[in-house]
Amino acid sequence: MPTSPPAAAEAAARPAAASAPAGGRSSRDRLTPYLFLAPALAVYGAFLLYPLARAVQFSFYDYDGLTVGTPVGLANYAAVLTDEGLRDAFGHALVLIGFFSLLPLLIGLVLAALLVRARVRGLPLFRTVVFLPQVIAMVVVAVAWRRIYAPDGTLNEVLRAVGLDGLTRTWLGDYATALPAVGVIGTWYSTGLVTVLLMAGMARVPPELYEAASLDGAGPARQLRAITLPAIRPEIAVALTLTIIAALKTFDLVYVTTGGGPGTSTTVPSYEVYRRAFELGEVGAAAAVGVVLTALIFGINLFVNRVADRQR
Amino acid sequence: MARARSAGARAASRAVGLAAATALVLTACAPGSGDGGGSGGAAPTGPVSTDVAGAGDVTLTVWDQEVRGGQDEQITQLNAAFEDANPNVTIERVSQSFDDLSTTLRLALTGDDAPDVVQTNNARATMGQFVQSGQLVPLDAYADAYGWRDRYPESVLQYSTYSDDGTVFGKGSLYGLPQVGEVVGVYYSRSALEGLGLAVPQTWADFEAALQTAADAGQTPLLLGNIEGWPAGHVLGVVQGAHVAPEEVQALGLGNEGASWTTPENVQALTELQSWQQQGWFNDGVNGTDYDAAWQQLADGQGVFLVAGSWLAPDLQEAMGEDAGFFAPPPADGGQPATTGGTGIPFSITTAAEEPDVAAAYIDFLTSDDAMQVLADTGNLPVVDTASYAPESGLLADVYTAFDDVSTDGSLLPYLDYATPTMGDTLGQTLQGLLAGELAPEQAADALEADYADFTSSGG
Repeated sequence: MPTSPPAAAEAAARPAAASAPAGGRSSRDRLTPYLFLAPALAVYGAFLLYPLARAVQFSFYDYDGLTVGTPVGLANYAAVLTDEGLRDAFGHALVLIGFFSLLPLLIGLVLAALLVRARVRGLPLFRTVVFLPQVIAMVVVAVAWRRIYAPDGTLNEVLRAVGLDGLTRTWLGDYATALPAVGVIGTWYSTGLVTVLLMAGMARVPPELYEAASLDGAGPARQLRAITLPAIRPEIAVALTLTIIAALKTFDLVYVTTGGGPGTSTTVPSYEVYRRAFELGEVGAAAAVGVVLTALIFGINLFVNRVADRQR
Repeated sequence: MARARSAGARAASRAVGLAAATALVLTACAPGSGDGGGSGGAAPTGPVSTDVAGAGDVTLTVWDQEVRGGQDEQITQLNAAFEDANPNVTIERVSQSFDDLSTTLRLALTGDDAPDVVQTNNARATMGQFVQSGQLVPLDAYADAYGWRDRYPESVLQYSTYSDDGTVFGKGSLYGLPQVGEVVGVYYSRSALEGLGLAVPQTWADFEAALQTAADAGQTPLLLGNIEGWPAGHVLGVVQGAHVAPEEVQALGLGNEGASWTTPENVQALTELQSWQQQGWFNDGVNGTDYDAAWQQLADGQGVFLVAGSWLAPDLQEAMGEDAGFFAPPPADGGQPATTGGTGIPFSITTAAEEPDVAAAYIDFLTSDDAMQVLADTGNLPVVDTASYAPESGLLADVYTAFDDVSTDGSLLPYLDYATPTMGDTLGQTLQGLLAGELAPEQAADALEADYADFTSSGG
């Protein structure tokens, strides 16, 4: 399952090329693949491409969702770039990438290396437990963590119980801790997925390589750098792609835990899309934010996958 | 080489796709133009009729948000009673929560199959915009025919009144009628108050003295859960009611021209709110506490007072029984009580309604004296003649009395976030900053003024 998109594409292309006889293709043969594609493409087009195109169209209008929109050219995009509140929101989303992607990648590497090499008893159980956060609906996760972070919640009670009263605070209500607190939920959420992905990659590495390396005198750290990391680069790319998307599209987590507060310290772009479209009735401006967010997600992931591809 | 060529081909097909998408975007007509539904412009206001039987068989589609216990009970009863009284009318009820209704109504109104009667929130971002785009029928002719202006106090009707272009809030034509009232006041624990040797405060100075007494006794005087941002707005409304002239708050709250957040009185109100926090009169970590957790703390005896709206009365009654009390925020010396309040979500008629006369008769029925009795019987706060439906004693009696006092003798001040489409967020963010000490009162006033002035100067 965990192969990077380009690899999957190549694999799919090979048998197709092999089966096509050289020359003598009738037009019917050329059409056949598209007939197979058509049903999926129709669904994909109706529910994804068409809405996307409409969103792009809306973003060029001043449109309140009620009356006829007036074209405003690029004004909505200019507003996206100049709006200080939105810039903050995009900044918060970038911070969240650290918590959703980079931190889980570090933790996941260590965990996966341990789990793959050590012959742990009850490994399937542990793998399931680590993966569990992914299965729980984000809203449920958010509600649970909101209780943990509450002034008289679990976290503060644990701190008090061990005598660290000075560290207790209202985690979600404090300007300094609200964004990191939301981020840590993301780390908790992503780590399981990343770990399981990396484990799959590591299991593929032939044990003889490690054996040879240790005969040559390479320690665990060196083995990780020289053998494991290059071998699991595709898995890392997939893990980063998925978690970066999760970080940038975060909505439910923020909506339930802080609603963007205190002040504007945890606003994120998706929340701004919702707010503009459904609370303020600025459908055009909301569409512009959404399109910019889509482009940003696309851009960052293109970069991640290019880097992973090039060094393979 | 093969790789390069396939990449080139991919790029070419991508370009074709992009061009096609662009063409689609450019040739498609403007959003909102081909959607049918609201044709813009109010419906013709010809002669209206109060005759329902003559309309023939009518199906009335009603979208409401009366989903909670007592709400659902009253509307079910009243719908059945209306159908009994008018056998030619069938009511098709579509019921969803407040949040769901507010997000779907916008689409529903512009759709081909728009409902006839809808509950639409008073605020500018909803009712105001619907009026502006001609989705709602002005009800003035029906108000004359049914005598609604005698039934309701003006302080209540203003919240569903807009100018026909939707720019002025509080003056103009009537666009909806509410069933229930709401008032923000002070809940308290009778036993806690007695334990401190205090009586229910009669003046603002009394109230502050009581808070001080509670703090001196080592108790939490005021409970507030403000993680959502908006709850602090209700506390500010109460403080403002004691310091600022009602007309000023009306203009600020309704987002009409001619007022300012930066007046000394408003800054004084913000300063006082912040000083409550700085003196430790609130529970710890207000910005990280849930709204619901705060009232549950009152029920658990962890505090003395709670500033909140009448909508919490059924829950607090159940949790605290006879121990719960409620009073309207006491006026400053010699003044009249003034506090945030308003109405439940009003019922309006859409311009898509085929039989507006029947729809009006339905709304009249929902707000009649008999209906008010049903509302009281099902634990709701009837908006008309509230005190006469009050139970003998207990929390609900307090709430009914407070609403009646404020709506008839005092001033029912608008929710501050009605003012502009963005004010809900601005207010919440600003007050969180004020309570956290991140913003000085003057800075908070400036932030609120910026939102208000921005909106009023742009002509709504």
